Amino acid sequence: MLDSITPLVASAVALAIPLMLAALGELVVERSGVLNLGLEGMMLLGALAGFAAVAHGAGLGPAVLAAIAAGIIAALSFGFITLTLQANQVAAGLSLTILGAGVSAFLGRQYVGFAAPVSFGDLPIPLLSRIPLLGPSLFSLNLLGYATLVLLGATAWFLYRTRAGLALRSIGESPVVARSLGLHVNRVRYAAVAFGGAMAGLAGCYYAVAQFKMWQEGLTSGNGWIALALVVFATWRPLRVAVGALLFGGVSALGLYLQAIGVQVSVFALASLPYIATIVVLVLISADQQMIRRHAPASLGKPFHDDS
Amino acid sequence: MKLWKSTLAATVFALSAANAGAADPLKMAWVYVGPPGDGGWTYAHDVGRKAVEKKFGDKVQTSFVENVPEGADAERVIRELAAKGNKIVFTTSFGYMEQTLKVAKQFPKVEFYHATGFKSAPNVTIYNSRMYEPAYLAGIIAGHVSKKGVLGFVASFPIPEVVRNINAFTMGARTVNPKITTKVVWVSTWFDPSKERQAAETLIGQGADVLLQNTDSSAVLQTAQDKGVNAFGWDSDMTAYAPKAHLASAIEIWGGYYSKVAEAALAGKPLKTTVWGGIKDGMNDLVSVNAAVPDAAKKTVAAKKAEIVAGKWAVFTGPIVGQDGKTIIVPAGKSLTDQEIDSIKWYVEGVEGQLPR
Repeated sequence: MLDSITPLVASAVALAIPLMLAALGELVVERSGVLNLGLEGMMLLGALAGFAAVAHGAGLGPAVLAAIAAGIIAALSFGFITLTLQANQVAAGLSLTILGAGVSAFLGRQYVGFAAPVSFGDLPIPLLSRIPLLGPSLFSLNLLGYATLVLLGATAWFLYRTRAGLALRSIGESPVVARSLGLHVNRVRYAAVAFGGAMAGLAGCYYAVAQFKMWQEGLTSGNGWIALALVVFATWRPLRVAVGALLFGGVSALGLYLQAIGVQVSVFALASLPYIATIVVLVLISADQQMIRRHAPASLGKPFHDDS
Repeated sequence: MKLWKSTLAATVFALSAANAGAADPLKMAWVYVGPPGDGGWTYAHDVGRKAVEKKFGDKVQTSFVENVPEGADAERVIRELAAKGNKIVFTTSFGYMEQTLKVAKQFPKVEFYHATGFKSAPNVTIYNSRMYEPAYLAGIIAGHVSKKGVLGFVASFPIPEVVRNINAFTMGARTVNPKITTKVVWVSTWFDPSKERQAAETLIGQGADVLLQNTDSSAVLQTAQDKGVNAFGWDSDMTAYAPKAHLASAIEIWGGYYSKVAEAALAGKPLKTTVWGGIKDGMNDLVSVNAAVPDAAKKTVAAKKAEIVAGKWAVFTGPIVGQDGKTIIVPAGKSLTDQEIDSIKWYVEGVEGQLPR
């Protein structure tokens, strides 16, 4: 029984990692009061940049850097439009998604159809990886997977245990008050948006160079949207993002797993499971208006004219 | 890049043809469900298209549209190609069937050729390849190579074409090891490398150590190599993608057929007979068998292939036992007719899980 479940849990964790990366980045962005719906587009650009780097013979390090850089550039362009030019964040974010999907599909044509020459392999930790169930799923990740766990802790620590984190959160609650306290609202928001872009780029890199080891149009297959939903699901708390990502990864993996062990369920119902789960969770959370109001950053999505 | 080059080539060609004032070339177009760079299904069709170009030179002018989703978009693309003056349009995916028929009605002077479908019209001709033959041969190799006695199959859609390939693969394997079973995972897509990979990982996690796929990319084979198991190439020779894991490739060969269509059209007598070719017609084959495959398997495969080519034996010849292990679907000595093969909606003994409806 355990032997049969272990691969399910392992693939749930593997599917959860890129979601965690993207959602953590978006969480920081939203905590600063900015709503960037361009997650999917930034992830695709990051994925393509990472894949292009390895395809042209650069190593894994440059691939990660390229992916992060692509994410940051895309995020900063969003930042310029929404923070400096004060454009509507929802519209700008959606455009970024569409732009990222289109640009990556266009530039990526030449990379379709061959495997990444190098990729992140699994690095089992001695001893720990032999623990039943947890070993193969949690202690046999690749380098990016371990990095994600570190980033998860670091983000939580930054938000709740540092002065800068406090400043970021207070800007998200009330930029007017933060401004009157002498905080540079737009500078902090730019930094948050750039961080979100870097994390999205990294998530894309994970898909292209660690998980699928290839490039195709729309490689991230809508996971950017799932990551966005996860931030709400987690009520803007980093550790809950991890829980949500694992749940979602589990539901995605379950569809294929049930088929492989011969359970008789409609293939099409199984394929839509993750999305149904997302909708159900969002409905449940939104049903309690207090819940959203208490946890959502108060200035989320509202433009702020920072003349500093 | 490829598209740019071919578009450029087509433009240059069109210009030079106009200057020379030569007779108008026969315009032929292909509709692809994936990119020619998929290394599988669409790649095989593109090799066929290039063969036509090479053989007929400036007598033909070919073009293609790639990544066309099955459904409403396909109809628009097919109509555009017909309206642009193409005399022959190949629609190369099962899901283009209704769209092809619909557009064909509006363009009675254009000849349409639909791959793998089952509905024809006065100007819609069907062509298909008996991929279950190389699938059966692949099964024989899988039976020899599998240590755990569990095979994995990444399947696209539960249509007869795919179901009979699962059956043929399993039947071939069971001639070697009568206890072998096949686990099937349906991914509901022809081309989605990431989904194909996930499905392959799931099957490997459930103990499958030899995989075959009826999807269009090389993702399953690459996953097999990553996880240290074996798999086959499908539609095109995929050796280069995973030289270690690759056991053999079941390939489609369209060039000969496409050339025949072009030749007939140039002669003014368009080809209108339904074609369903197999190994003996040179429309498919099992190639590039890995040197690591045991000699016994190679010999059996060669012998069976010879029987198929000579027309002495067909894959769906009885006795064929149903999934329950009791029902005799095809009695000994009898063979299924083409029509029966084209409507297979049952699993043979050894396939696990229920066939989706």
